[in-house]
Amino acid sequence: MSRHAFCPKLGSMEPTDSSPATSNITVRRGEPLVVVKDINKHYGELHVLKNINAVVNRGEVVVVIGPSGSGKSTLCRAINRLETIDDGVITIDGVKLPEEGRALATLRADVGMVFQAFNLFAHKTVLDNVTLGPIKVRGLSKADAEKKAMALLERVGVANQAKKMPGQLSGGQQQRVAIARALAMEPKLILLDEPTSALDPEMINEVLEVMVDLANEGMTMIVVTHEMGFARKAADRVIFMAEGEIVEETSPEEFFTNPQSARAQDFLSKILDH
Amino acid sequence: MDTLLNNLDVFVDGFTLTLQVFLWSALFALILGTIVGAMRVSPVAPMRWVGTGYVNLVRNTPLTLLMFFFAFGYPKLDLPNVSYTTLAIFALGLYTATYVAETLRAGINTVPLGQAEAARAIGLTFGQSMSHILMPQAFRAVIPPMMSVFIALLKNTTVAAGFSVAEAGYIRASLSERGEPAIVVLLWVALFFILLVAVLSFVQRMLENRLKVLR
Ligand SMILES: Nc1ncnc2c1ncn2[C@@H]1O[C@H](COP(=O)(O)OP(=O)(O)O)[C@@H](O)[C@H]1O
Ligand SMILES: [Mg+2]
Repeated sequence: MSRHAFCPKLGSMEPTDSSPATSNITVRRGEPLVVVKDINKHYGELHVLKNINAVVNRGEVVVVIGPSGSGKSTLCRAINRLETIDDGVITIDGVKLPEEGRALATLRADVGMVFQAFNLFAHKTVLDNVTLGPIKVRGLSKADAEKKAMALLERVGVANQAKKMPGQLSGGQQQRVAIARALAMEPKLILLDEPTSALDPEMINEVLEVMVDLANEGMTMIVVTHEMGFARKAADRVIFMAEGEIVEETSPEEFFTNPQSARAQDFLSKILDH
Repeated sequence: MDTLLNNLDVFVDGFTLTLQVFLWSALFALILGTIVGAMRVSPVAPMRWVGTGYVNLVRNTPLTLLMFFFAFGYPKLDLPNVSYTTLAIFALGLYTATYVAETLRAGINTVPLGQAEAARAIGLTFGQSMSHILMPQAFRAVIPPMMSVFIALLKNTTVAAGFSVAEAGYIRASLSERGEPAIVVLLWVALFFILLVAVLSFVQRMLENRLKVLR
C-alpha cells in the first residue's frame, strides 16, 4: 500500500485528503510519533522505570530487548496507559496521554496492542473479535466491518477460521487473529509485548512472518521480543533495557555483533547459549 | 386429588400470580443487579460506595421487613396508588438485585484480567468493556449460582402472601375457608413449586451447554 506514494500515476489519481492512512506513513515517515520523556514508575519500593527517554518515529520498527523484569512490559503498557506513570510525559502524535475517560479510550483506539497471552475475547467468534472495535469505536456498519475483518484475516492467513471460537484455534492462529484485531482499528502504531513467547516453537515463524510483512508495509511498531531473526530482518533500532533503564540504543546489527555495555554482553551470551 | 381438582381455579389463579410476580421481579432484579454489580467494580470510587452501600443495606434486611416497609410504608407516602402486587414485585426485585449483583461480581472476578485489558486496548470505554466483554463472560461463569438466586426468588414470592397478594402461598388460606385439609393443600402447593424449580434447573442446564466459554 505504501508503495502508492512513490507511484506518480496512482498518486495523482487520489485526492490527498481521502488517500489511505498508510500512504501518510510514507509521506510523514521520520517524524516523531511516540515521545517518551523522563518517565519514572514505581511499584511500591521497586523503581521499575528509571528516567526513560525514547523517541519512535513514524514508520520505524523498534525492538525492545532485555532480561526478564527489566521493565519492558511496563514501558509498553505505559505507552497506551494500561499502566500509569509517576512522572514524565508521553506524547503520541503530539498529543499528551489523556487521563482516564473517553479521550483516553479514543487514544487507545489509535494504538494497537498485541499481548503475549493473545487475550482474544473468549466468548466471541474470531470474526466478532476483529469487528467489535471497528463497530463500537469507529462506528462502522456491521457489513463494512466484516468485509474489512475478512480481508485482514485473509492477510494473516486465518480467514478459514473466522466462525470458530478462539479456544478452538492453535496459539499461532490466535496470535495472528490478535494482530488482525489490532490492525482493524487502523492504528498509528502497534505495540507487541513478547508476541511469540507463549507459542510452541513450530508456531513462532507463522507469527513472525506476519510481523515482518507489517514492518515492510511501513507500520510503526514497538516490539518486545528476543527473536533475533526478527530484529535483524525488520527492526530499524534495538533498545536494550536492564533494571528499568535504557542501557543501549543502536542498530540491530551493531547490537548483536558489537554490544557496548557489559550488561548487554552478558545478556546476549545467555540468550545465544540456546 | 379431589382437593386439587375441586379447587383448580384457586390453584391456577394462585400459581399464575406467582409466576407473574416471579417473572417481573426477576427481570427487575436482573437489570438492577447488573447495574449495581457493574458499579461495585467501577473505577469511580463514589459509584463503588453507592453500590456497596446498597448491597449491604438491602441484603442484610430480612425480606419480610422489606415487604412490611413497602406494604405499610409506601401507602403513607403521598405517591400514586399502586397495588400490593406491584409493591411486592418492587420489594422482591430490590432484595434479589443485591444477590444478583454479588453473584455477578464474583463472576467478573473469574474473567482473566487480559480480557479487560484487550478491551481497553482497542479503545472500548469502561461501559463498553463491561457490557460487551466482562458481563457476558461473567454471566456465563455464574449460571449455576445465578439460578440458585432465582430459585430462592421463586420461593420468596410466597412471602407476598402475608401481604394480601393472592399468589400460591395464599392458596392454603383461601382453601381453609372452603374447609379443605390444610396439610393436603400444602403438599400440593409444595409439589407445584418443586415442578417449577425443576423447570428452572432445566433452563440452567440448557444455558450452561449453550454458553460454555472455551479457554
Ligand atoms: N503489577 C505489578 N505489581 C508489582 N510489581 C510489578 C507489577 N508488574 C510488574 N512488576 C515488577 O516490575 C518489574 C518490571 O516488570 P516488567 O515490566 O513486566 O518486566 P519485563 O517485561 O521486562 O519482564 C518486575 O520486577 C516485576 O516483578
Ligand atoms: Mg514482560
